[in-house]
Amino acid sequence: MTVLAVRNLAKSFGGVQAVAEVSFDLSAGQLLAMIGPNGAGKTTCFNLLNGQLQPDSGSVQFAGRALVGLKPRRIWRLGVGRTFQITATFASMTVRENVQMALLSHHRRLAALWPRAAALHAADAVALLAELGMEDQAERACSVLAYGDLKRVELAVALAHGPRLLLMDEPTAGMAPAERIQLMELTARIARERGIAVLFTEHDMDVVFAHADRIIVLNRGRLIAEGPPAAVREDPQVREVYLGSGATFGARAG
Amino acid sequence: MSFYVIQFLNGLTTAASLFLVASGLSLIFGVTRIVNFAHGSFYMLGAYIAWSLVGRAGGGALGFWAGVLGAALIVGVVGAAIEIVLLRRIYQAPELFQLLATFGVVLVVQDVALWLWGSEDLLGPRAPGLKGAVEILDGRLPEYNLLMIALGPALLGLLWLLFHRTRWGTLVRAATEDREMVAALGVDQRLLFTSVFFLGSFLAGLGGALQLPRDAANLHMDLNIIADVFVVVVVGGMGSVAGAFLAAVLIGELHAFGIVLFPKITLVLVFLVMAVVLVVRPYGLLGTPPAHPRATGAGIEPVIRPAPRALALLGLAVLAILVAVPLVAGPYAVAMLTEIAILVLFAASLHFMMGPGGMASFGHAAYFGVGAYGVALVMKSFAAPMLPALAAAPLAAGLAGIVFGWFCVRLSGVYLAMLTLAFAQICWSVAFQWVAVTGGDNGLLGVWPAEWAKDRTVFYYLALILCTAGVLLLRRVIYAPFGYALRAGRDSPLRAEAIGINVMAVQWGGFAFAALFAGLAGGLFALFKGSVFPTYLAISKSVDALLMVLLGGVQTISGPIIGAALLAGLEEQLIRATAYWRVVLGLVIIGLVLAFPQGIAGFIAAQWERRSPGREAARVT
Ligand SMILES: Nc1ncnc2c1ncn2[C@@H]1O[C@H](COP(=O)(O)OP(=O)(O)OP(=O)(O)O)[C@@H](O)[C@H]1O
Ligand SMILES: [Mg+2]
Repeated sequence: MTVLAVRNLAKSFGGVQAVAEVSFDLSAGQLLAMIGPNGAGKTTCFNLLNGQLQPDSGSVQFAGRALVGLKPRRIWRLGVGRTFQITATFASMTVRENVQMALLSHHRRLAALWPRAAALHAADAVALLAELGMEDQAERACSVLAYGDLKRVELAVALAHGPRLLLMDEPTAGMAPAERIQLMELTARIARERGIAVLFTEHDMDVVFAHADRIIVLNRGRLIAEGPPAAVREDPQVREVYLGSGATFGARAG
Repeated sequence: MSFYVIQFLNGLTTAASLFLVASGLSLIFGVTRIVNFAHGSFYMLGAYIAWSLVGRAGGGALGFWAGVLGAALIVGVVGAAIEIVLLRRIYQAPELFQLLATFGVVLVVQDVALWLWGSEDLLGPRAPGLKGAVEILDGRLPEYNLLMIALGPALLGLLWLLFHRTRWGTLVRAATEDREMVAALGVDQRLLFTSVFFLGSFLAGLGGALQLPRDAANLHMDLNIIADVFVVVVVGGMGSVAGAFLAAVLIGELHAFGIVLFPKITLVLVFLVMAVVLVVRPYGLLGTPPAHPRATGAGIEPVIRPAPRALALLGLAVLAILVAVPLVAGPYAVAMLTEIAILVLFAASLHFMMGPGGMASFGHAAYFGVGAYGVALVMKSFAAPMLPALAAAPLAAGLAGIVFGWFCVRLSGVYLAMLTLAFAQICWSVAFQWVAVTGGDNGLLGVWPAEWAKDRTVFYYLALILCTAGVLLLRRVIYAPFGYALRAGRDSPLRAEAIGINVMAVQWGGFAFAALFAGLAGGLFALFKGSVFPTYLAISKSVDALLMVLLGGVQTISGPIIGAALLAGLEEQLIRATAYWRVVLGLVIIGLVLAFPQGIAGFIAAQWERRSPGREAARVT
């Protein structure tokens, strides 16, 4: 079942065409990797999908609803979770509280003036953290976490309201290689179990080829290849782009 | 017709004088990011020093102009000295602490001026050779005004040349756009900053000295000009000298024609224009968003955890003592504690929006004052009994918070703070100018508590109960989902919006909520004093609140309580002890900022953590 349908999405900043005529589909339970060299337009694409930026043209259909024009908070309520390339967490809260915020927001309890927030949905938050192997960290302040752990917090927060679509912008940046594989394995398992469609960007090609069901390749805002990993790996244009950028394609990159 | 021409030219005269001072402030802010409250003091010093120099030099034209220039130079040196001795040490401190330190300078300068020149207004000499007036379309304009009018554009031109034709100017512009970049270029920042302070203070001093032939030098010049100059700088765009010029003309003309067209609301008009400009162009007419926005708080905020048992017990003990005080102490102590209780609530309400809300207010007195006037007006006009009238205080202030907050939450950082100041000044102007309703400068008298609460001890208990309840409620809300939502918006608006939180709406609510409690404090204060005056809405009242919160520490929930108790006690004792209490208070503030950049409670909390390891980055309340 198609969860996300993107058609002819375009966005330019001044003279820079950051995203140009990008179209793709994504089904429930599927992991779609968006790859491309630095500045290819991946983050911009994510920002267009979750409403942080408005596209110049094109359409985004999520579960049959048009997303263009909606604010990020509205899109989140429709069931789209997101992690950021540069982590964005609440530094003055513990890991558990960060997850609780998403739960409180989801249950529309943020206007409450009386109950103690720390006690609300605490068990749910801890359960989710346990699932991601983070129960030990639950009571730590986000401001003292290692970067890799912050990435996990982001994932937990993004999963909290049971999204149908997960957008992950470089979810494993800043992690050790073994950790990366582990986190993506976990993500893939959760996605399949819950039927979540996942769109992720990633510079580590090992991670991409090991876990993506399909890959789309962006270069200078344009989609230059799309297909299953094996086909994309052999695509001459893709090889060209990656060789041009000086990265070793197929082995460690980024 | 001629009348309008003259009025227009008068507007340009005001504009020139505003521009002189504002360009310096804007320059200093642009490069050092310091909002220099003391800039008005430099202006005042310029006027006083010019008075002394010109008086000594005799009546000649040479003596006059040498005196004016000399005054400006001396003020420039004073400014540079303050930068070297004080500000250089706190460039890394949060914006608001810098503001606080410069306010300490304001207090010190006030008393130095009082000591050197006395409290009488000093009438300055007219400028030799420019004592006459010229006829313009059968209206008359003092020759001196023409000189001032010419001076504005001339100065703008000179500054432009300085910034675009010299290496120093290029550095200043680069630093204004991106401070980190200049640091990376390996420029001696210290010299750059000091020289910028010299030039900025020089301009303020020049503005003050040139004002002397038009207005007497007096001890209120500093805060009077600073409000107007803040408006000019904010409307023009902080850091933009050309913007300051444009805004100075706009505000100058507004003053000139406002007096004619809307004599009752001239002051309101100015701040209204500022509010509108900021909402339409959040960074001012010619301003640009900062390249590296900085939090107004103290960097990374610590996790808030429930108060440890020891602290809760301490709180209970203090409360028990407070309840017992009237049994043993005299009426003086009771009155002082009543006032402190009220101020604690006032400070706690500001803390609520500044700490968890991340919204610094330079104008929190607005809600305090609206609450006070609310009680007084309801009592006077409806002959309402005390308690219903008192209930009107938080309602009126909350309403004001809803209206003003709607505008304010659209901005952030210093701009938000400036807008809150603008709204506070609007309220002050209304109280000051709408004499028929508010009594103007004379205030409203006879706002006494009901018969049963007239007794000082009874009123003390009433205030204690309401203020304690208010403070506890504010604390409760900080720990409730709403307080968390506020902090979420402060910590990361991006993440907050990405999990469905409407940050602006939450901030709006927090703003109004804080205003409500400030209003309750103001209402109690009105009944306590038995009268209300425009000073309840004045800048100094807002600064008091800021002081209490910052001294106590923004990050700790107990901070405002400690800060308020300390400041109220200190001020009270100082005023009783010496006529020169400002200089002492100013020095104390400066000393505290230098010693405890985290605030006192923040300092205690940090010590506590050091002794109980394992509670990493957790701040006990
Ligand atoms: N807000 C913006 N304003 C102007 N230009 C922008 C903005 N955001 C992105 N760009 C430009 O758009 C292009 C795409 O940037 P984007 O961040 O989407 O790339 P990316 O694929 O995510 O790169 P990376 O792998 O480095 O994260 C770049 O040239 C970038 O400079
Ligand atoms: Mg990116």
